[in-house]
Amino acid sequence: MALSRRHLLGLDGVPKEDIEQILDTATSFREVLERPIKKVPTLQGKTIVNLFFESSTRTRISFELAERRLSADVVNFSADVSSVLKGETLKDTVRNLEAMKIDMVVIRHAAAGAADFLGKVVQANVINAGDGAHEHPTQALLDMYTIREKFGTLEGIHVCIVGDISHSRVARSNIYGLKTMGANVSVCGPRTLIPRFIEPLGVKVYYDLDEAIRDADLLNVLRIQLERQGSALFPTLREYHQTFGITRERLDRSGKTVTILHPGPINRDVELSGDVADSEHSLIIQQVLNGVAVRMAILYLLGTGR
Amino acid sequence: MKIKSRVVDEQGFQRTVTRLAHEILERNKGIETIAIVGIRTRGEHLAKRLAQKVKDIEHKDVELGMLDITLYRDDLRMRLDNPELKGTDITFDVTGKNIILVDDVLYTARTIRAALDELIDMGRPASIQLAVLVDRGHRELPIKADFVGKNIPTSQGEEVRVLMKEVDGEDAVVIVDLSEPGVV
Repeated sequence: MALSRRHLLGLDGVPKEDIEQILDTATSFREVLERPIKKVPTLQGKTIVNLFFESSTRTRISFELAERRLSADVVNFSADVSSVLKGETLKDTVRNLEAMKIDMVVIRHAAAGAADFLGKVVQANVINAGDGAHEHPTQALLDMYTIREKFGTLEGIHVCIVGDISHSRVARSNIYGLKTMGANVSVCGPRTLIPRFIEPLGVKVYYDLDEAIRDADLLNVLRIQLERQGSALFPTLREYHQTFGITRERLDRSGKTVTILHPGPINRDVELSGDVADSEHSLIIQQVLNGVAVRMAILYLLGTGR
Repeated sequence: MKIKSRVVDEQGFQRTVTRLAHEILERNKGIETIAIVGIRTRGEHLAKRLAQKVKDIEHKDVELGMLDITLYRDDLRMRLDNPELKGTDITFDVTGKNIILVDDVLYTARTIRAALDELIDMGRPASIQLAVLVDRGHRELPIKADFVGKNIPTSQGEEVRVLMKEVDGEDAVVIVDLSEPGVV
């Protein structure tokens, strides 16, 4: 069975069957990652270009490992050392790469819609590794994989996304994917960081973190982008931590066990206190391992499908 | 499914599995160093049967694992429908083991080539021996089985199906005519 589409641009509109297939396939790749030789010949002869117009460490390394472990040939391209500096357009950059016979493109770009645009102009399979505040589908899929691994299902699980929802592509992709899979999704954060008109997505909004924790099985804690400090969206980091920071004390007060996810990198003692990040309820390191397996699954399904 | 002929019945099937188990034990002088690995999906059930039979004879459990060779297939680049991954499940170290690789039908041997590559990527077995229920000929690679249940010469317009109780409700080997209309 193949996926119903040849690109992975976002999770908005992706059917449940596709998400399930990706998550099921990832299970097989988790096993490959436990082997002494963590490499299979599946994508031998395929060339994949990682086009990173925005800095990224974790996602880029995760993709590159996934590609290499499938035996693909990998070309890395970062905007700061490229022809983009010389004024080349995105379309021209990719057209040129395509002339060199590439099979797949992984793109990270600061502009929302960059991956969609690419999907329309190239023959290669396109995977969105984050476009502006739009979507980051592979992050959401690895989050869902981790949740499913922990709870055995996504259906009926209460997931609360905490932090800067307005500027977060991780939040957006998680909401689309989790809703499709039948999870209960809520968001929590300061009013200035929660978009208006989010309820039509079927998402409950909390402005009080304790209340949100009371109803949730799992918190997906977003990174507060320190760049936004001084933009008047919240007064100080210290105040943010006091009001929306996940701390041991706050979790103990709730009297229940809540699982913690975080897409990384963590600002310790801003959105998440250090002891919670390192606690037994945190699946943050598990997410990183699962990320490679989920990306291998996506590359396999897009790279070998019709 | 148009069954052309039934070449092995239930009784014959069980006798064949018993004989294969004895041959494997005789060649390897017991079960100390062996591990049985079935190739998903049909070899999986046969491997379980062989493991049970070996246990009945020796009164000891034998290491058992399952191999999904999909990621090692040589036709992936031809962009067929994504073959579904069932997952490899080998929890023991293959290094130093005498691996008994099990499949239901030996035909072109392309599956076996993939299985050999995958096993060798997992470690360095002392040996790999191949056990199949049916050898139907028409090899496309220079591979031969160590333990063969039954040699069944066929034409390429035919297909040999090994039916097993676990999935088909009966144990039998049948020949199916692919040139007949109405065939599944």
